[in-house]
Amino acid sequence: MRRSRLARGALLGLLALLALPAVAGADTLEAAGNGVLKDSVAINSIWVILAGVLVMFMQAGFALLEIGFSRGKNAGTVVAKILTNFSIAALMYWAVGFAFAFGPGDIIGSDGFFLRDYGDPQEAFAVMGLSDATIESKWFFQFVFCAVSLAIVWGTTLERVKFGVYIMYAILFAGFIYPVASHWVFGGGWLQVNVGMQDFAGSTAVHLIGATGALAVLLQLGPRRGKYGPDGKPRAIPGHNMPLFGLGVLILWLGWFGFNPGSTLGALDGRFPEIVLVTLLAGGAGVLTAIITAAAKTKSIDIGMAGNGAIGALVAITAPSGYVEAWTAPIIGGIAGVIVPLSIYAIDKYLDDPVGALSAHGVAGIWGTLSCGIFTNPRLAQYNAFGDPDGGLIYSGKFTQLGYQALGVVVVFAFVFVLSYITFAIIKATYGLRVSADEEDAGLDISEHGMYGYPEQFIPAPELIGYATAPGSRDIPVASASSSKEVTA
Amino acid sequence: MKLVTAYIRHEAFEPIRTELLELGFPSLSISEVKGSGRQKGITERYRGAELTNYLRPKVKLECVVASRDVQTIVDTILKHARSGAIGDGKVFVMPVEEAYRIRTGESGEETLQAHPDSVATP
Repeated sequence: MRRSRLARGALLGLLALLALPAVAGADTLEAAGNGVLKDSVAINSIWVILAGVLVMFMQAGFALLEIGFSRGKNAGTVVAKILTNFSIAALMYWAVGFAFAFGPGDIIGSDGFFLRDYGDPQEAFAVMGLSDATIESKWFFQFVFCAVSLAIVWGTTLERVKFGVYIMYAILFAGFIYPVASHWVFGGGWLQVNVGMQDFAGSTAVHLIGATGALAVLLQLGPRRGKYGPDGKPRAIPGHNMPLFGLGVLILWLGWFGFNPGSTLGALDGRFPEIVLVTLLAGGAGVLTAIITAAAKTKSIDIGMAGNGAIGALVAITAPSGYVEAWTAPIIGGIAGVIVPLSIYAIDKYLDDPVGALSAHGVAGIWGTLSCGIFTNPRLAQYNAFGDPDGGLIYSGKFTQLGYQALGVVVVFAFVFVLSYITFAIIKATYGLRVSADEEDAGLDISEHGMYGYPEQFIPAPELIGYATAPGSRDIPVASASSSKEVTA
Repeated sequence: MKLVTAYIRHEAFEPIRTELLELGFPSLSISEVKGSGRQKGITERYRGAELTNYLRPKVKLECVVASRDVQTIVDTILKHARSGAIGDGKVFVMPVEEAYRIRTGESGEETLQAHPDSVATP
């Protein structure tokens, strides 16, 4: 009784605090009223919001890519998952995530909880101080990054994971794991400032973090039923819709024109179109090399691998996009396009990763991060003011930057993997990670959500429109042994 | 000659198919069907409204075999299709008057023999 009253008091206090006007919003309005709000604030904010909206659209890309690669009985659940995760991430990133990720501090940020009481935003979030876009626009841009990273985690878990697992892990991921690890890499933390790691838009900070979580859950979740035959050999479980997969890939690619160029956080230095070019060239090269690699291995033009090649190349160019010249982009993306299919073939022998997330986001993310150590141009290293001012290996002849990059990859992977593995182990022991075998056979749409993604495919038309012999009480003998929530096909 | 028709659960098909191949019976057809028996329906909820679905999906397996092989086929199906729960399905055996192989025009029980090359190939 006493405890609940205390809790209620604390909650009311928190709400009352939030009701006070937010400082930044008031300042912007006041400055505009006095006629002193600089045009650059508006221009930069427009670009950052536009880029953020493109990145948010990547949620649709992930949804369609995953739906296409799933069987038809597991299509609807992806929609529920994407909406739920995106929403949890929004609230958690607002409450604590952004403060941990971009507030001042070497290890963990400490300012900006609930996006308030941070004083001057240019000082409080100094790592983003190069741009004078409003703090709300920067917040939104960084939040959609967090949501992308979270979406990547679940690529390995399709068609068998319990829905509650998403919710539990999403709270911790968006509130702590992602903010802390990304703080180190591009939020002004120790890897960026003290070591000199370069990650312009998040090959490590977004993609490798997501893929590491994906590996941690996959190791404890196990493969889909029937993925490995009695002889242990992997079998194909074809997805149900390649056109949706293709639309997903193209939406993701479109989103990347916000993801990388938007990481300039401003438009006035004219850098962002250059990064659009770099991003495009890498993706194009990745598709072509992935098709060639897959054709060399399997003698066919593999539609899925073409898409995975695009994603892998775009992931790889994410870290170097703001540090390299355009001519390096086809090399970085092209190498990713070779690595991704080979990695998918190798991983498939042991681990059931239905969409190739470990390869496209993890392996390609590592390659992209390391590629800064080879290709970073000194002029851009100096402009961004992170890392060795002499540039990467081909300019400086030194392995300095490559070493920084490798250290960053190892540290981030270890941190995220250990925390995520422990989290999933606790969830597994208490709530469970997997649905039952019967539920998996029936599909997550009907067993977790009580409805099919494609009802007409599963319910005979006569029953659907209601003229079949139906009422169980009248003339259909009802089995007493089976439970009322029976779902087995 | 007899026609064996079995209505089974989807997951029972693979072990039955594997064993029939090993025993030298590669010839069969399947269809995905929906039907009802003693098994209960499942209830779907769509935006708050309920819809109970009594016709449940099953695999219908058909094969025509020589009369002396019928028991082997039926035993194989019973062995793998039985989970013990309601909804395991049913097996029917019916007489067949004649069989023709279209490619050669030959008729009779020899048309039911597996091609020697096909036996080991899943």
